[in-house]
Amino acid sequence: MNVWHFMLHNDAEVARATLHHLWLVGISTLLAVLIGIPLGILITRWPALNKPILGSANVIQTIPSLALFGFLLPAPWIGERADRLAILALTLYALLPLIRNTYTGIKGVDPAVLEAGRGMGMTDRQLLFQVELPLALSVIIAGIRVAAVISVGLATIAAAIGAGGLGEYIFRGLAMVNNQVILAGAIPAALLAILADVSLGWLEKRLSPG
Amino acid sequence: MMTSSSFDRQSVIEFRNVSYQLDAGRELLQNLNLAVQRGETLVLLGRSGSGKTTTLKLINHLLSPTGGDLRVEGKSTREWDVIRLRRTIGYAIQDVGLFPHFTVARNIGLVPQIEDWPADRIQQRVQELLQLVGLETQLASRYPRQLSGGQRQRVGVARALAADPPILLMDEPFGALDPITRAELQREFLTLQSRLQKTVVFVTHDLHEALLLGTRIALMEAGRLVTILTPEEFLHSEEPLVAAYVDAFGAQRVDRS
Repeated sequence: MNVWHFMLHNDAEVARATLHHLWLVGISTLLAVLIGIPLGILITRWPALNKPILGSANVIQTIPSLALFGFLLPAPWIGERADRLAILALTLYALLPLIRNTYTGIKGVDPAVLEAGRGMGMTDRQLLFQVELPLALSVIIAGIRVAAVISVGLATIAAAIGAGGLGEYIFRGLAMVNNQVILAGAIPAALLAILADVSLGWLEKRLSPG
Repeated sequence: MMTSSSFDRQSVIEFRNVSYQLDAGRELLQNLNLAVQRGETLVLLGRSGSGKTTTLKLINHLLSPTGGDLRVEGKSTREWDVIRLRRTIGYAIQDVGLFPHFTVARNIGLVPQIEDWPADRIQQRVQELLQLVGLETQLASRYPRQLSGGQRQRVGVARALAADPPILLMDEPFGALDPITRAELQREFLTLQSRLQKTVVFVTHDLHEALLLGTRIALMEAGRLVTILTPEEFLHSEEPLVAAYVDAFGAQRVDRS
């Protein structure tokens, strides 16, 4: 039986695993956006926070994912449910690209534009929402894109701690030494990554100023 | 005879011993005493590093004086609400700084919009201003990247005038334009000024521009005010720095001898 037959034969299960995978990636990316963008904005206003915040996000990035999942296991509430743990870990990994891209996107706005805006009497809030964020948007979306694609891959590791998703097929297939099972997880995961990359890439281009 | 009270009433902007020093200690401006009269076009003339742009930016509080007192409309800039102060003053800079993601119309209507004018009033004002600065109405829906340098600078001026501020600050607005466009805009500025009678502080390093546009010229050098003269007086002056400036520009000096 080749991998396509296997997937068709188990279509409901594969679909469920794919949706669950998408859910893990979706929630964690959303959380990273809700935390990361405000943090990125914060460090443009308070440059002293630049090193600690970007530094921490950088350090998190260097922790091997399996190790991070392991560290978080004994944590109260988080460690109790595998998917909560997976979402937390995925969110942490997605923070760096989001914080950094928000920061560089805003810093990249033409200083003449900011000087004109400020000189004409725009408040800091008006400048942020009417000028800086709209002009930084495509760079921020690029950050979301990187975060999402990384998350799709990382979420496969989540299966190692029982969080479900397409990683389950990969680990099961490894244990069974069965390539079709591995691919039944790996192919949808790869397709998800490509889908995320292409769709967010399209959005990024559309929102590019000029 | 000018009594101090009539002087005060006519002075829209008054620098009293104003200094500006950078954190690192460098003094960009030293003990500036200067009064700008209502309705005049005061040109701040000087070369790079003379302190003219610093002086301009102190007026709308983009920079804060480190010493002395600066008054706008009789009130110290330290007492003014910064946002209110800036919305009362039009600001046009050399790089223009149009918002690339806004149409021309939205750019011009910026201050009215943040001042919560009703939409139809903003639209009407934008049309008025386009006409005032000599731009065709169909440009309203275009984006800055689709405009020429001269058109962009006109939009910049229109934007500065949108909320009809009594004071206008201009920092080498025509400096980045080709000579023909520059001459065109200078002429149009004169026409505009004769109609609108704004109080204008205009920064330039170009003596020809200063002579053409200014009712008075304040020559600045190394952070200090050298002298304030009318264009006529400027050309006649024998003060060494003034004469040097006139010579450098090959302008016609009127020799007393």
